[in-house]
Amino acid sequence: MKESRQKITGADIFFECLRKEKVEYVFGYPGGAVLKLYEKLYDVDFLEHILTRHEQGAIHAAEGYAKATGRVGVVLVTSGPGATNTVTGIADAYMDSIPVVIFTGQVPTKLIGNDAFQEADIMGITRPITKHNFLVRDVKELAETIRKAFFIASTGRPGPVLVDLPKDVINSVCEFEYPEKVEIRGYKPTFIGHQNQIKKAAEMLKKAKRPLLYVGGGVIMSAGTRELALLAKENNLPVTMTLQGLGAFPGTDPLSLGMLGMHGTYWANQAVNSCDLLIALGARFDDRVTGKVESFSTKSYKVHVDVDPTAIDKNVIVDLPIVGDVKHVLAELVSEMDIHPDLQDWWKQINHWRQECPFEIDAHDGKLRTQFVIEKISEKTRGEAVIVSDVGQHQMWIAQHYQFVHPRSHLTSGGLGTMGFSVPASIGAAFGVKDRPIISISGDGGFQMNIQELITAVAYKLPIKFFVINNSFLGMVRQWQELFHAEKYSFTDLSKSNPNFRKVAEAFGLAAFSTDNPKEVEPLLDEAFAINDRPVFIEFKVVKEDMVFPMVPAGASIGDMMTKRLNPKTMV
Amino acid sequence: MKHTISVLVENRFGAFNRVATMFSGRGFNVHSISIGETEDQDISRMTLVTSGDDQIIEQVVKQLNRLIDTIKVVDLTGQPRVERELALITVFYQKGTRPELTNICDIFRGKIVDINNRTLTLEITGPPDKIDAVINVVTQYGIKEIARSGTVALKRGEQSKIQPKIFTTKEKDKVS
Repeated sequence: MKESRQKITGADIFFECLRKEKVEYVFGYPGGAVLKLYEKLYDVDFLEHILTRHEQGAIHAAEGYAKATGRVGVVLVTSGPGATNTVTGIADAYMDSIPVVIFTGQVPTKLIGNDAFQEADIMGITRPITKHNFLVRDVKELAETIRKAFFIASTGRPGPVLVDLPKDVINSVCEFEYPEKVEIRGYKPTFIGHQNQIKKAAEMLKKAKRPLLYVGGGVIMSAGTRELALLAKENNLPVTMTLQGLGAFPGTDPLSLGMLGMHGTYWANQAVNSCDLLIALGARFDDRVTGKVESFSTKSYKVHVDVDPTAIDKNVIVDLPIVGDVKHVLAELVSEMDIHPDLQDWWKQINHWRQECPFEIDAHDGKLRTQFVIEKISEKTRGEAVIVSDVGQHQMWIAQHYQFVHPRSHLTSGGLGTMGFSVPASIGAAFGVKDRPIISISGDGGFQMNIQELITAVAYKLPIKFFVINNSFLGMVRQWQELFHAEKYSFTDLSKSNPNFRKVAEAFGLAAFSTDNPKEVEPLLDEAFAINDRPVFIEFKVVKEDMVFPMVPAGASIGDMMTKRLNPKTMV
Repeated sequence: MKHTISVLVENRFGAFNRVATMFSGRGFNVHSISIGETEDQDISRMTLVTSGDDQIIEQVVKQLNRLIDTIKVVDLTGQPRVERELALITVFYQKGTRPELTNICDIFRGKIVDINNRTLTLEITGPPDKIDAVINVVTQYGIKEIARSGTVALKRGEQSKIQPKIFTTKEKDKVS
């Protein structure tokens, strides 16, 4: 006779599932609808729960952990406001294809739809911003649903999956069985790229006179950086990267042209518009990359490798689509390349562009500038730190001036552009990565959007370096106001309303410093890197008026870059 | 150009909503959506009529496929298919116009399914352009209200070539 299994509660099943998924950390915040889960959590020893100070902090931390490690980030929050507070982070994870699973508490099933206390239709709210979401209506479906959630989040093009857990489901009991395999008939991501298409791409590459690799975050997600390096180096190919692609190929390598697009390098954008073969790898032809679509790389034959079929022909029509895992396709491509193209003339042209319009850090007036700070951080860390940037000018300067050498080193909110991402995301990264320094860099605006999470870093004694680039302005908005909005600095001047950041950080318990002197930057960085038992804060007070150049104005062709201010202003 | 797209989805809470949300979120046109159960109780069939250029339709199909709850997506446009819509049209009548309306109804092979002292309700089935034609004709009598089901469609079955039957003498005898 078959032995009947013991019945356990939904809460027990929940943690058994997390154990099976080998979850190390859960980022969360307790509340009424998830009390039973937190009751069990009290005795759980195979994973650590990280208490943030706001649910938005929890989801960004999970994103940071996932981006830094490639593993699934896990979030646990309560119903209603707990759930809705994660919405920005879920949208962020969806745009940047980050694998996270969000567990939200929900009111008991019989109260759903009754405007019960702390009820929100989180399924309806998150449907357009999740890869998929589930409402578990019966405890018997719980284990399989969790298995599916992790499977969907981490395979194909990764993304956020939300699982809504009504209180009564968590409290009910049933037998536990974790399915070894899941079959979802509507979800079968293509992994192997089409052989003939790959052969065709290789033939094009062998004949190309001016080829260019356009590398996006997909190369990092598929762990294809080694194959990318092989392809580029064996064939002497120029490589340009998107914001999310930075780190996929070492920025220090002479084959790297740096970032392309709106604030990309002049030479990368010129190469895009002059190449005869553009191979897009795990990139999605975002509008910040293409500029005016009609004039984007018009002379090139375009190959597009992506795991997501919807990315193909969405913004730019390509000549040769290859749907599949980028790492796999790259490996095939490398093995197909028995003849290497002769690219001497092409490199001569690229190097000419490099000299024509290099980055300029202007004014030797002794004032502190962001680019200088970023370059010093890059030198001190030899490009090996995990840099978690926020959104705005400093983000673009990091992309331009920090020489990333490893994948999963540049964590930033690219698609959604979420201010307040950096502080909590760096906390998640610090749990995932222990052998490299974690540096959070924010502007003075974004820093205040999730400033409460500083205490989380202090509580867990995380040796994160929190750097704030303070120009007392919402700098990127200010830049657009100066260039395109008649210099009406509408609500972007924070100079009279910023707090004393150093004192705030000190009050949270961080070692805190502040400087506006370029000469103090290196000694302060040394001091910061010497402190490893708690987080450190440094405020860099920089000039207000600096703008990020070069720049492609919105809607312009990426060939038409503004390389410097047209009417140099007197610096205040 | 209008496209008729047939989508098999999991017969599950929220599946319809996912499709509708995707259409509105991505700004695709929807002329009609209909949904109903199929021979398999776990699967529903949605029939969508949408429009756009080739690039947009390609995106529509891909985005539909991308949803986890969709099992199969077929663009029926340009394929042999059977397409039907049902409409209920309530029209005002006067003393003299009732025979005219019943006559119109007959011509379009419709049915009169309800009547009171002021209005009658026509039930019309057919391809959407036939429904349009009926509505156009009865407009002059005064339409009270219309309910249309939206298009449902199926691909026609493969037609195998049928051999003409050659009768043997014996069979011929039987027939006669």
